[in-house]
Amino acid sequence: MSPISHGFRRRHAVPEGAADRVPPGQYVTDGFPVLSAGPTPHTPLADWTFSIRRGSATLKSWSWQEFQALPAEMVTVDIHCVTRWSKLDTEWRGVSVDTLLEQVEHDAAYVMAFSDGGYTTNLPLADVTGGKARVAFNYAGAPLEPEHGGPARLLVPHLYFWKSAKWVRGLELMDEDRPGFWETYGYNMYGDPWREQRYQGD
Amino acid sequence: MAGTAVPRRLTWEVATVTAVMPETPSVRTIALDAPSWPGHRAGQHLDVRLTADDGYTAERSYSIAAAADDPLAITVERLDDGEVSPYLTEDVHAGDQLEIRGPVGGYFAWETADGGPLLLVGGGSGIVPLRAILRQREHSGSDTPVKLLYSARTPADLIYRDELDVHHDGVEIIYTITREQPAGWTGYTRRVDGALLAETVWPAGKTPLAFVCGPTSFVETVAGGLVALGYEPGRVKTERFGGTGGR
Amino acid sequence: MDELDGNAAAGLLQQIFGGEMTTVAATCATCGTTAPIGESVLYAGGPGTVIRCRSCDGVLIVITQVRGTYCMDLMGIRSM
Repeated sequence: MSPISHGFRRRHAVPEGAADRVPPGQYVTDGFPVLSAGPTPHTPLADWTFSIRRGSATLKSWSWQEFQALPAEMVTVDIHCVTRWSKLDTEWRGVSVDTLLEQVEHDAAYVMAFSDGGYTTNLPLADVTGGKARVAFNYAGAPLEPEHGGPARLLVPHLYFWKSAKWVRGLELMDEDRPGFWETYGYNMYGDPWREQRYQGD
Repeated sequence: MAGTAVPRRLTWEVATVTAVMPETPSVRTIALDAPSWPGHRAGQHLDVRLTADDGYTAERSYSIAAAADDPLAITVERLDDGEVSPYLTEDVHAGDQLEIRGPVGGYFAWETADGGPLLLVGGGSGIVPLRAILRQREHSGSDTPVKLLYSARTPADLIYRDELDVHHDGVEIIYTITREQPAGWTGYTRRVDGALLAETVWPAGKTPLAFVCGPTSFVETVAGGLVALGYEPGRVKTERFGGTGGR
Repeated sequence: MDELDGNAAAGLLQQIFGGEMTTVAATCATCGTTAPIGESVLYAGGPGTVIRCRSCDGVLIVITQVRGTYCMDLMGIRSM
């Protein structure tokens, strides 16, 4: 039993009136922690593409210019990291994943988001469609900074934030679910913060 | 009191704070009593884990400020946006308990037999493990020549200043401060760069053993500068602290 | 953000391996560079700890802790 460190408390508790917005085991932060599995990539926009793939085939690809020409929307959402911090009312601007997937014909049930640097994370198709997911390129009114995933990251706020892949470069369509990077090392395949699905078996 | 080289089952243990000593306005040394402490080597560190009453935990690593035969102590710099360091530098008192795990870190450790000549380069709180190495040299009666280059923001930020100012044969201390140019200051007044290193460090031909510790960018600049001066990369040991201080 | 080095994972590695790891020379499976684990690049604070080769950024070690049990992958190391 760990001794209690008298007087030590986490920096931010749950703000008044926001208790129902904070999933179990989370605390609210004013900051925006930068947590990564690897170095920040710096892909020049001239080289950046977003692709929808199936196996080794690229079904559709957009350059940065083409991507910026797509309809985009602003959303304000709460985000929840599996390391227990939550941030309320974060503002993003991005292209809905629906807009992207509408451009390809497919019958996939799952996707694997893949990023510069090799990071991957898996999601059910149902959780990146129906308005639930975006490829976001603006945060808090400014272009998304590299340390937070810029030029563009996946934004799937209803799941733990490791599913919102930074530096996202595309989605691979899959018939069956497959574990991505953190899922391979014990994290939950789905990751619903409201059911506290942090690890496999939760 | 030997045995520190023997790997043992490492686990968290409870230590009692025996004293807290201010070093600078934002830095404090915490003396610890840990009953099963096996001893440590100069340069090693330990991990501290704090537990709030709702079960929330936070872990950080802090360098041991003591030589192998000194009582155990860590020196902690208060980071303004820190989660753990404000607690350790302001709220902890003698009699409090802390969970610690250690000693750890055989890579960044010096024993008398490792020899030299020693070059110790510290930025900010990076001085802590280097001070342990200096004390180790002194306590063991070693005559290994040492140069210590220590960079801090202002003279008031120089940790252990009184101790470092005491002359010891074979030890040369070089200070540089980066944010002030006080009247009467005889040390350097700029950030450590290749030119400053070239003026101050052992020539590469003496095959020195270097320990470089401090913020990541400081360590990268110094380590790169030493290798550019001809230091053997395998004899430049590095330990990076995040941001402005702790790990 | 300033990355740390393998020294900051010394306690975690020793607790899992049962011995000192920062002095161990690891050969990167991606690029073949050999260096002490203490000099590798450390990414921590997220869902897990990732230790990468300082030469090529290839992953050397991934460590997570799942309900109190450590999960560790050393696949990025060709030899130690």
